[in-house]
Amino acid sequence: MMEGITALYIVMLAAFAGYEVIARVPVILHTPLMSGSNFVHGVVLVGAMVALGRADSLLGQVIGFLGVALGAGNAVGGYVVTERMLEMFKSTGHKPRQEQK
Amino acid sequence: MAGLLPENAALLLIDASYLLVAFLFIMGLKAMSSPITARRGIVVAGLGMLIGTVMSFLYPGMGNFALMLAAIAVGGMLAWWSGKKVAMTDMPQMIALYNGMGGGAAAAIAAAELFRMVHAAPDSGSSHTPGVSSLAVAGAFIGSVSFSGSMIAFAKLQGLITKSVRFRGQQVFNLAIAAATLLLGAAIVVLVHPTGWQVVPFFMLALLLGVIMTLPIGGADMPVVISLYNALTGLAVGFEGFVLNNTAMIIAGVVVGSAGALLTQLMAKAMNRSLANVLFSNFGEGEVTAGEGVTGSLRSIEPSDAGIMLAFAEKVLVVPGYGMAVAQAQHKVWELCRLLIERGVNVRFAIHPVAGRMPGHMNVLLAEAGVPYDLIADLDEVNADFETADVAFVIGANDVVNPVARTDKSSPIYGMPILNADKARNTLVIKRGQGAGFSGIENHLFYLDNTRMVYGDAQKVASQLIQGVKAVG
Repeated sequence: MMEGITALYIVMLAAFAGYEVIARVPVILHTPLMSGSNFVHGVVLVGAMVALGRADSLLGQVIGFLGVALGAGNAVGGYVVTERMLEMFKSTGHKPRQEQK
Repeated sequence: MAGLLPENAALLLIDASYLLVAFLFIMGLKAMSSPITARRGIVVAGLGMLIGTVMSFLYPGMGNFALMLAAIAVGGMLAWWSGKKVAMTDMPQMIALYNGMGGGAAAAIAAAELFRMVHAAPDSGSSHTPGVSSLAVAGAFIGSVSFSGSMIAFAKLQGLITKSVRFRGQQVFNLAIAAATLLLGAAIVVLVHPTGWQVVPFFMLALLLGVIMTLPIGGADMPVVISLYNALTGLAVGFEGFVLNNTAMIIAGVVVGSAGALLTQLMAKAMNRSLANVLFSNFGEGEVTAGEGVTGSLRSIEPSDAGIMLAFAEKVLVVPGYGMAVAQAQHKVWELCRLLIERGVNVRFAIHPVAGRMPGHMNVLLAEAGVPYDLIADLDEVNADFETADVAFVIGANDVVNPVARTDKSSPIYGMPILNADKARNTLVIKRGQGAGFSGIENHLFYLDNTRMVYGDAQKVASQLIQGVKAVG
């Protein structure tokens, strides 16, 4: 366990960073941004990997397996849908997509 | 694999890589808050995730690698497949689903740690300090609530649950469950060596709490709830990061927690609700009040005449609503708008913050149809423009253009910011039928003297309008 006070510094700075990064986001991007931040907490996957890696009982393995599968789902799913949404955002400068007839 | 590097070197390498991961996440999120750089942002964040995941295989003293790879394959592949095929209209519930999975993963990490406390010999001294175990319990609590709550949100938006379960004394009941859960959590921390009799009921109650908290919330409020659970999952991940001494999880979790809290506030504001109001009152569906009687009559217009009206306008503001997306009319509408733009008409899309099923959703749906984002304006930018617009073209939107929100204090939508379609010289409304809107409130806009209604499926009507505009030549 790292020094408690150092950890609190990290938390404080990370909280400010998160707030500032999002502070002036236009409504147009609310949905993809929520999906994107949803993807970022998919980093829970690495913690679940550690939990599974250290498991030495059947119960631990089952819980760890569930954790890793859920974490991977969070990360992969979050990435795929965010990327799909953002890929569509184009300005008039871009060539229009093929006609939808 | 565990023995690939000496232990200290491996830990140093992992820590260094987590620093890079945190940097990439924050850079990625920053880029995601502008439409020009957003695409790059998700790729940058994705790179961070990839690095973090690969490096985590190097942790010393780990086993179960086959299981680990299998779990990643199963979870990852199912999510990949579902994420690739989900329709853009169904995006809110998909986000809820993936978010719930993250909460579940955080709860699973906590469960692994708490059961380790259960199995540790009472005199071995190998258990956690109270500080660490209370963080584990807090993360378990929040993660479990987020998991089961998000699943209910998903089921509701997907139409798997259509009823909102409500009963007398519900809030007292929920509060009692929450208190019992927290009490059990406290007991786990205090006992240091808890038994399964505390840990299992603790998780059961926390999961139950997520379910009963979310069940009474109406579909219209769901986006705020999903956003809240997103922030909570972030927090849970941050807490479990402390337990595992994992800086990448702490930083990413806390960043998402605070960003998510802000985003939740912005969304609640856009929907004209306070967060407490969303969670503890039950608007969002049902509860129809008739409001003031409407005077005047509805005037319909032939699509060909409507086409002429649009073709000879100088400035048209399009107000799309979820009804347009349901009819899958956005492609046709954009085709119509391109025709108008070619004729020299100044066309812009005016988007209400809550158009669609969640804030920003309509922008995604329009982007899917190929509408450039610089033709899309939000409420604050565009509302003054209605006064100089020749036609306000309302497609499948209702409550967000209802002037009653400005005037009728008894109306449930009173005070909600609306798009001033009634201020335009003419208003053209495409509507499926003559019923009231999502909230069941009569729309006074439809009865104004300069409003013309075209009834029918939005996609079909848009095609007819295209013919109408083409006929003008």
